[in-house]
Amino acid sequence: MAHLLSTVSPENLLKQIYRLLLLAALGFCSVAVAEDPATISLSQQCPASFMLSDDNQCLLRNLYQLYDSLGDQGIGGLKTALPAHRDGFSPQQIDLGRLLFFDPVLSADQSVSCATCHNPAQGFSDGRGRSIGIHGQLGSRSAPSLWNSAFIKDFFWDARAQSLEQQALSPLFSPQEMGNNPGQLLSSLQAVEAYPKLFKQAFPDTGDLSLGQIATALAAFQSSLISLNSRYDQYAHGYAEALNPQEMEGLNIFRSFVARCSQCHMPPLFTNQQIAVIGTPEPEGMPRDIGAEKTFNSAKLKGGFKVPSLRNIAETAPYMHSGRFETLREVAEFYSGGRGHAVPEGEELLLHWHISEPNLTGDELDRLVDFMGSLSDSSLLPIIPQLVPSGLTTISGQSLE
Amino acid sequence: MSKAKTLGLIIVLAAFIGGWQLGTNLNEAPQITSSVGGISYSGGGQADRVNTALPERTVTGQTLTVNPGDSIQAAVEAAQPGDTIQVMPGIYSETVYIDKDDIHLVGVIEAGERATLDGLGKLNDAILYSGNNILIANFKITRYKGNGIMSQAGNNFEIRNNIIIDTGIYGIFPQLGVNGLIEHNIVSGIADAAIYVGMSDNIHVAHNQVFDSVAGIEIENSRHAIVENNYTHNNSGGILAFITPGLPIKTTYDVIIRNNFILDNNIPNFAAPGSTVAGIPSGTGILVMAADDVIIEGNIIVNHKVAGILINDHGNAPGLTLDPDVDPNADRVMILDNVMHNNGYDTIDEVRAFALTELHTGDIDIFQIGPSKDSCIINRHRYNHVGLGDFADCDFSNTDSTHSYLLAGGAKPRVIESEERGEIAYMGICAGCHAYDDVLIGPSISDIQTMYAGNAEAIVNYINAPFKIRPDYPEMPAQNYLDPETQFAVAQYLLNIPLGQSQP
Repeated sequence: MAHLLSTVSPENLLKQIYRLLLLAALGFCSVAVAEDPATISLSQQCPASFMLSDDNQCLLRNLYQLYDSLGDQGIGGLKTALPAHRDGFSPQQIDLGRLLFFDPVLSADQSVSCATCHNPAQGFSDGRGRSIGIHGQLGSRSAPSLWNSAFIKDFFWDARAQSLEQQALSPLFSPQEMGNNPGQLLSSLQAVEAYPKLFKQAFPDTGDLSLGQIATALAAFQSSLISLNSRYDQYAHGYAEALNPQEMEGLNIFRSFVARCSQCHMPPLFTNQQIAVIGTPEPEGMPRDIGAEKTFNSAKLKGGFKVPSLRNIAETAPYMHSGRFETLREVAEFYSGGRGHAVPEGEELLLHWHISEPNLTGDELDRLVDFMGSLSDSSLLPIIPQLVPSGLTTISGQSLE
Repeated sequence: MSKAKTLGLIIVLAAFIGGWQLGTNLNEAPQITSSVGGISYSGGGQADRVNTALPERTVTGQTLTVNPGDSIQAAVEAAQPGDTIQVMPGIYSETVYIDKDDIHLVGVIEAGERATLDGLGKLNDAILYSGNNILIANFKITRYKGNGIMSQAGNNFEIRNNIIIDTGIYGIFPQLGVNGLIEHNIVSGIADAAIYVGMSDNIHVAHNQVFDSVAGIEIENSRHAIVENNYTHNNSGGILAFITPGLPIKTTYDVIIRNNFILDNNIPNFAAPGSTVAGIPSGTGILVMAADDVIIEGNIIVNHKVAGILINDHGNAPGLTLDPDVDPNADRVMILDNVMHNNGYDTIDEVRAFALTELHTGDIDIFQIGPSKDSCIINRHRYNHVGLGDFADCDFSNTDSTHSYLLAGGAKPRVIESEERGEIAYMGICAGCHAYDDVLIGPSISDIQTMYAGNAEAIVNYINAPFKIRPDYPEMPAQNYLDPETQFAVAQYLLNIPLGQSQP
């Protein structure tokens, strides 16, 4: 595209406004301008916050790289480095992953895309307590947000996958989610005119379109979803006025040893990436989800789930693994309600040692909610393609923006 | 018969006869290892003689004085790194938080009267900090619901000469910090640990008095810690070194517990149900659980009904969660000379039952259960002990050559060159709205380079207080939260981005 001059002369002002409107309408992107899906090509630029290296890798840069952390574990306080992250994918792989992510051709009946349950407009979740998969099937768990996936080491609520690639394929082939199988997935992608060419652009050296390439592309896109510029982050980097007095009070309750939130939701990612058994109730009528007990084959972890990051948490109601709580206020009340208060009598759960009885006041619960709101940042939202290679409609019936 | 077989038979016979002779000479004097002089412990990797955790100040700032009726927090907010805040005697009821570096917060003691933080039974924590190079000294802290003094990730700290009475969960709780000194504090009436070092490195805990708490001093998921010359009495457990499973930092090792007075830790365990310390049997002098390379030396351990020293693995702690990433055993425990007397006189059933498997009845100074690789002891004949069958004789007798694990000059901050700083800030923040040659939300870098023509200061001024230049662009949000160094670095960086290079 042409340069936009810094001085705007009256004669080209209209032209510029028109261009900006066009950009806004298309959600500026060097690709998806085409009407014909066959002409889509992949971006050669990294997403924001990633620097292109000489060997065509996108490398993450963020302000937390100014800091250290104890044992390089990426947990601590305000000026603490983040955990180890995934990066190094090429711009083309990330962009291909973006197109795949929004393309319903990945599902068995071409009705569901990744974005159906991980909608960027809803914090990469779906606003539901339990997600709905193919053929309208109600699942048993809530779709986790994908923000900052690059820093996560175990995936799914029950921590059963250990890489983004391993995670990425699982929903595609789950009968409850996208219902596909490897053979059909590969043949339907090969049947789309643009995909073999796009896969070649993204994977010039690794042969024909394969499951491994699909997983890599989806992992590449997920690892590009970075949210680290919230008002909390500004406070952490040293700007004392970034939080208002209510949020500041909330931060002090959050990290106090009465509420103990930050003992598991540790800055700067707001998770310690461990399993915790906290004893939240399931939705009415649903039996106890044993969670990590299955993954680790240990009754000690019955009802245990991964501690989720709280970044962008205000955007992803309802809450907990099966969405029992509608609001963050209800979540905060749960933690203040006493150890095991929601565990039915006679049920044995080895509750986490930090689940205590803080007896927070109503005002303190409100301040915690205020503080969690300061963790929102969607400034690096990726561009949602208006056109995907299959030509199918993306996320029908849902608003994307 | 081959020569080899003959030799084998002779060795077997010799061993048999030797065993028989040992069995008959029960009254032979045991070999006594002197712990005065002799070979010193050479592990742990620290040869520096460091007595302080605060690096020397490069900037000596102002001294701010807080008087009764004033807010300590207001002074913290006004303070700059390098400043000292002196708090005059009197009562202050507030939570003080320090989210900046190099602040010394010091109470003034006049004729025994202290600056007193009183939580009135309503406030959560008295003092919490996240900055580096923090000193907290000379306060009296009482009646808080949470902690007396806590940190998250502050490096190079000293917590000295505070009196902390009845403050809920932890008296002093540094967490996720490197290089800290906790000395000369008096802490009592705490529902968990009086002094709790959690997930930290290079810590020195010395000359403290801790009592009337569930745990006296606790080293948890931490490395390179020395606990010495403390007086811990009338708690449920005196001094603990262990690994809690399920935490993000998975190890405890290189811990020296030496020259402490550990007396009469028999009070009923009043910890909250489910807390880790709720599992400590009341009447334990020292507890080592799953921690490695722990040396116990020169302590006076007297009057504990369960045991003077209790060593166990996670397999013998059924209340703990599962963590496949943790090594559950206490390996390389090293017990040097300690004065032990009247321990294990009224122990718990589990300990008594295991002791019986060794036909041991009566007092128990040292109790060990579970696998423990490469552990050792000297002068074991002095103690009533159970479970030390696999303990070898230590090949050293003291830790004289390890003065402390504190770091000379303090833990150093990460060194970031200006160009890297500029790149990080540009990529992390600016690139969300600005592209090199194209228009994203804001103008392109090429436009900005043309407009500012090498004038980084003008860019710094603009990003601090942006105003609308182009009517058809959204107004830029202020970037005044970045520190001046980073602002200048990012301005320099974006003036020097080579255009077109990244866009083939």
